[in-house]
Amino acid sequence: MHKSLVSITDYSKQEILSILESARDFEANPNRKTLDGKVIATLFFEPSTRTRLSFETAVVRLGGSIIGFSDAATSSSVKGETLNDTIHMVSCYADAIVMRHPLEGAARYAAEVSPVPIVNAGDGANQHPSQTLLDLYSILKTQGTLENLTICMVGDLKYGRTVHSLIQAMSHFNPTFKFIAPDELRLPEEYRVFCRQKGIPFTESRELNDNFNDADILYMTRVQKERFLDQIEYERVKNVYTLCNDMLAASKSNLKILHPLPRVNEISMDVDKNEKAYYFQQAQNGLYVRQAIVSKVLGLIE
Amino acid sequence: MEKELKVAALRNGTVIDHIPAVKLFQVVSILQLKNSHYPITIGNNLESKHIGTKGIIKIADRILSDDETGKIALIAPNATINIIKEYKVVEKRPLVPADEVHDLVYCANPVCITNHQPVPTNFYVLKEDGQVKLKCRYCEREFLREEIKLKKK
Repeated sequence: MHKSLVSITDYSKQEILSILESARDFEANPNRKTLDGKVIATLFFEPSTRTRLSFETAVVRLGGSIIGFSDAATSSSVKGETLNDTIHMVSCYADAIVMRHPLEGAARYAAEVSPVPIVNAGDGANQHPSQTLLDLYSILKTQGTLENLTICMVGDLKYGRTVHSLIQAMSHFNPTFKFIAPDELRLPEEYRVFCRQKGIPFTESRELNDNFNDADILYMTRVQKERFLDQIEYERVKNVYTLCNDMLAASKSNLKILHPLPRVNEISMDVDKNEKAYYFQQAQNGLYVRQAIVSKVLGLIE
Repeated sequence: MEKELKVAALRNGTVIDHIPAVKLFQVVSILQLKNSHYPITIGNNLESKHIGTKGIIKIADRILSDDETGKIALIAPNATINIIKEYKVVEKRPLVPADEVHDLVYCANPVCITNHQPVPTNFYVLKEDGQVKLKCRYCEREFLREEIKLKKK
């Protein structure tokens, strides 16, 4: 039974681990012909060059072909076609559909009406499971395990969907969380409740400083200007939440810094040369994880 | 006895009492009484010791389904539902919220797909810590009962 990937919660712990294992396999040998003769549609109703190129490269390196659009302006949705009709039309041509849509829940709906598997490449602020899986892969690769790690998450914990999905996914692996955010961007109550229900220890603080010295992973996110009503407050927060190289002096030797990218000013460029910076390799890991995801939804791997 | 409601006692059917006055017409809508052919008595803004003003609905010769009581439980959790046979209460129906609600309410998330495309809404009903929340099957957001708006049928 091939199934769509809409939300990280669609996958059990075992399925997550098997995807990561396949990703390791694809990393060892990313160029194969396992998708030979397969057509994958990438429907980007909202532009996202980074995610689209990653998925398309994943498919092309496996010998598959790509059809689709990179902007809703060039699709028939501007003529008023419903998502239902677009999905039905495209599924006549493609074996699987990778979809990015600005409306939340679009991917779940598409998966319900589609005869072919759907991979959610982001539905508004809701879910972006391939990002979560590549975050997990990066953690596994750099730490050798996903179990019993201390994960420090910094920045926009309120709206950041990558943060919420990572909390859900890591909950399988006995983590400890440290949440660092300004009051305006504090982690929503439902995720604090989630952690308490799962018995996951966490702390919250407002200042970055060196609050991450016992962390194994420092997960940075972008603090977006448009989230603030008070622009003076934004200027203050922006500077407090910038990670600089000298702040890493007392951090653990196995610490790695992740960021879903694009970064603006939350990680100073002087961090890039530090061996603890891992955000560019993290992006590259996305390629192998997406090869595993596309292969899985097509039923080519377990 | 001026306060007393001048309606005939129900021989057989369902009495829904203690509906908050502001919710009365929502309950009428949920039960689609507009299209009903059964004899119906609807009262509203009646004095109530417990909730200020209340509404009451009496439907003759019809027993509500569990699905219908499940929906009423979402809108008016403290209402009472009595099933009447031969002028006697034969069943006090507990108001247990339904586990799922299909196309009954709007999603309160303005950027949810269901508010932009012809997609029927679906919610999981979560009952935790004495609170009833609705979780949208599509956008995965959770809402308190007070935040939801009934669809107009």
